[in-house]
Order: sequence, then structure tokens, then C-alpha cells
Amino acid sequence: MSDAASPAALADLHPVAPPARRRVSFRAVFGLAVLLLMGGAALAAPQIAPWDPARQMLVKRLRPPVWQERGQREHPLGTDHLGRDILSRILYGGRISLGVGLSAVTLSGLIGVTLGLLAGFHGGRTDACIMRVVDVFLAIPYILLAMGVVFALGPSLLNVILVMAVTRWVQFARIVRADVLSIREREFVSGARARGNRSMRLLLRHVLPNALTPIIVVATLELAFMIIYESALSFLGLGVQPPTPTWGWMLADGRNYVATAWWLATFPGLAIMLTVLAVNLLGDWLRDTLDPRLKV
Amino acid sequence: MLAYVLHRLLQSVLVLLGVSVIVFGLLHLTGDPTRLLLPLEAREEDVRQLRALLGLDDPLWVQYLRFLSRAVRGDFGLSFKHQVPALTLIRQTLPATLELTAAGLALALVVAVPAGILAALRRNSLLDAVCSVGVLLGQAMPVYWLGLLLILVFAVWLGWFPAAGRDGLASLVLPATALGAFSMARIARMARSGMLEVLAQDYVRTARAAGLRTFVVTYKYALKNAAIPLVTIVGLEFGILLGGAVITETIFAWPGVGRLAVDAIFSRDYPLVQAIVAMLATLFVLINLAMDLIYTYLDPRIVFVRSKQ
Repeated sequence: MSDAASPAALADLHPVAPPARRRVSFRAVFGLAVLLLMGGAALAAPQIAPWDPARQMLVKRLRPPVWQERGQREHPLGTDHLGRDILSRILYGGRISLGVGLSAVTLSGLIGVTLGLLAGFHGGRTDACIMRVVDVFLAIPYILLAMGVVFALGPSLLNVILVMAVTRWVQFARIVRADVLSIREREFVSGARARGNRSMRLLLRHVLPNALTPIIVVATLELAFMIIYESALSFLGLGVQPPTPTWGWMLADGRNYVATAWWLATFPGLAIMLTVLAVNLLGDWLRDTLDPRLKV
Repeated sequence: MLAYVLHRLLQSVLVLLGVSVIVFGLLHLTGDPTRLLLPLEAREEDVRQLRALLGLDDPLWVQYLRFLSRAVRGDFGLSFKHQVPALTLIRQTLPATLELTAAGLALALVVAVPAGILAALRRNSLLDAVCSVGVLLGQAMPVYWLGLLLILVFAVWLGWFPAAGRDGLASLVLPATALGAFSMARIARMARSGMLEVLAQDYVRTARAAGLRTFVVTYKYALKNAAIPLVTIVGLEFGILLGGAVITETIFAWPGVGRLAVDAIFSRDYPLVQAIVAMLATLFVLINLAMDLIYTYLDPRIVFVRSKQ
């Protein structure tokens, strides 16, 4: 029990060790490897997928994975209720999950960072206004808002990305604002201001670069969230529409076959979990390396 | 202190006003709400009549004020589909959702807080490792997938718990576990890092140096202080769980507000959607207000710091 407060443990809490001593983290390597694998497989889906993901072969419907009885070698992960190849659909589904996730994070980052910078830098009324809007978006159950909006506007790829970004930018805004509040009090900012820099230049050249660490970390963790978010919308029937395969859709399809064909829902779920796990590991490592005191 | 409480109250009212604007906007997002209400083949004349009847010809701000004045009295209009006041439907389903959310949160707290604290106390032990793997998995598993797996294993294969519906305590186990897992992971992580932080504080070292037993230092000094940040987390988690209930209820056919909401969205029942969103947001704001006030009571320093901001 005493090891928790031992000098070694204390040093761990406030790592000031020089970078040379830092070992390459297993978690980070694992995360990056899985992510590269998933990303690469998604990018190369047209080349490596054994089947057309939308091709229905009703004679071969609900075939189990290859290691089970009745499994077929040409469908390693089995087929779904319409006889579509599950492996091919997972490979293609990755394009949507990762693509939509990345776009949504980029967009929500742009909105959130801009508003967070303005709120933290200008303070006063601007800050109060922006932070109340942040509170509003925190209070509304985002999944219901997203469902309502997507349903009203129609579930196109663009609408899904827009809605995801608009409901999640607050995460960026809060953390950037908090960081900027302390950055703007630092001497180099007053120095730059005294040299006659205008606000815009001050923000972009001096404040923003110093707030990059939390932005990178939040962006990584948000990517994990967005992947889950996108598949949740798909699962509820409001994501990108069929015949485009998405992991969420596959899960929703598999839901009706949980009792009879477990592989329908299990493999796409595994794909989501592995990807999210990898992104989270990477995000944790980035935070621990760049700024261990960051509360995100 | 009083000034701070009033300030927070005012803030909450402002936030709820903001929520009302978004909820109001939801109906107008599609352009012409009458198109939602009438069948596609409706005549132009019927459309005009309905517009006049609903007051849709008034300027937008007049419509908003009318909406707001009714909403504060709890009147969101009749549900298109069920033809009863939206609030009545919510009142019927809210207890089930609160039950599920509270069970999920309770489960998360009961498992996560001791696990996180023990992991911090026995840092780098096997227990710590098991906990961090659990945290990683818990945060990476989407609730709908975990729900399906739980149904597959515990309802289909083992037959221990029912797969769907709300019928006694046994039916609560699977949905509450699926819903609570994500929060469990987050809370365990917070509890661990919070405890580690407190253990590194000077007063803990001083207490130890003064010869107090480890037990007293841990439970009397460290634990109390590590518990404080958890109070705010609980408020935020409750909101996240309310949102997560939408999906959990859909999977487990749990007769709560979440399922009602999904149903309402797909049947274009906009008054009901508006009422549910407004209701859940209000609940979230009130809970967080309460948590903040408890927080200031536990840690009076916070009033000073926040009023300075």
C-alpha cells in the first residue's frame, strides 16, 4: 500500500524526465498498428475484398464462419441473411466509419476551436455568450437531436457528418477555452501585443500554437467517439443509407439474428471495438506524453 | 455563497431558454411543418387552413413566444400519433427510464469507485492491470453491441435473464449493465487518477510522516478528498446515461422515454419529440445545478475560484 506515495510513484505523477528516457509504449504501438491495419484495409477494400459487398447470394444465406460446420472457405467470416459476404462488408464499412469519423472530427474541431479561442481570448461578454451556448448543447441529448435533424433533413452522408460535428464541437470549445484563459496571461502574449500585433494575428500566431496539445488529444479521443456515434446512428436506421455497407447497419441487421446467427452482429461489433480501442490507446498515449495533467 | 447560487440559477434559466430555441427550431427545420401533418395528396386549401389554425402565418418570433409560454406550463401540444398530450406520454414512460438510468449509474458507481481506488492504492499490481484493461474495453464497446452480446450470452445461451421488456428486477439486470458499462469505465478511471493525485499531496505525506497509520491516512484523509470531484462527474454521467438510454431501451424493448422518442422520430411525431428533448434537457440542467450546489458545499473554495472567472 505504501508504494503509492513512494518517491518513485510521485515522480511518475509529475514526469519531468527527459524525452530520451521515455520508452516506446506498447499501448501506443499496438494502437497505431491496429489503426493502420484498419485504415489500410478500408482504403484497399476494393482490391482486397473477396466479394462485392452488396452482392446477394440467397442460396448461400446465413453461412457461419469458416471454422464452423457448414462454413465455406470463400466466406471466411460467413454470410448474412441476404447471402452477402460479411468480411467484404466489414472492409467496405470501414471506409464509412473512418471516413465519416475523420470528417466529423475535423469539422467539429474547426467549429469548437474557433469558438473556444474567441471565448478564452476575448473573455467578458463573448465568453459568457459562447459558454452558455456550450451549456445548451451539453444539456440536449445529442443523439435525439441528431436523430431529429437527420430524419428531417434526410440521411445523406453530408447531413450525417454535419449533424455529428454540430452536436460535438463543445468538447473542443471547452478545452481550448480553458487553455487559452491561461495562455493569454502569459508574458509572450503581452509581449506580442505590446509589439503592436493585432488580435487576429495574436490569436493565430501566438495563442493557437500553444493550445495545440489539448486540441490534438481531444481530436483523437473524439475520433473514437465519432466512430461509435456514426454506427449508433446507422444502428438506429438514420446513418448513411443502404446499400452502402456500414458497421452500424450490419449490427442492426444482425440484431434480428442474435439467437440463430451470432456472427452477423459479432464481427462488425468487433471491428468497431478494435478501431475505437486503438484510437483510444493512441489518444491516451498522446495525452500522457504531451501533457499528463490534461483533464480530458 | 448566495450570490453564487443566484448566478448559477440565472445561468440555468438561460440554458433552458437556449434549449427552447433549438427545440422550437427542430419543427421548422423541414421548412413547412404543415407538410408533415397532412398527407402528401392534401389540397392547397387544406394546407392554408391548417397553417392559419396552427398560427404558422405569424412572424417567427410570435410563434416562438407562443411556443415558449405554453412550454413553461408543460404544454407541448397533442402527440400526432397518440392524440394525447405529449406530457402525459412522457409522464407514463419517464419512471421506467429513470429506473434504468439510476440502476445503470448505481451499478457503475458500486463497481467503479472501489475498483478505481484499489487500483490506485495498489498501483502496478495485477488488480491495477485488470482494471485498466476493463476500462479500455468498457470505453471501446458501443452500448448497442454490448447489449446484443449480453442478450446472446445471458438470455439466449444461458437463459438467466429475459432478453427484453420490463418485468421485475431480473429484466433490469442486462439493460442496466449495458447502459452502465461506459460510465463504469470512465468513473473507475477518474477515481483512480483522482486518488493518485490526492495520495501525492503534501498533507498526505505529512500525515504519514506524523506517524498516522496507513489505514487512517487512506480512508480518513485521502478518500474524502478524492471523492469530491466524483460528485460533479456523477451529474454529467447522469446526462450521458439519459442519452444512452435511447439506444439501450431500443435494444431491450424497455418501455421508457428513449424508446418513445425513437418511435416519435420515425413517425414524425414532432410535438412529442420536442417535449421529450425539452424534458430530458431540463432534467439534465436541474441535476447538474443540484450537483454543483452540493459540490460548493463540499468544497467551499470553488465559489471563490468560479466567481473570479
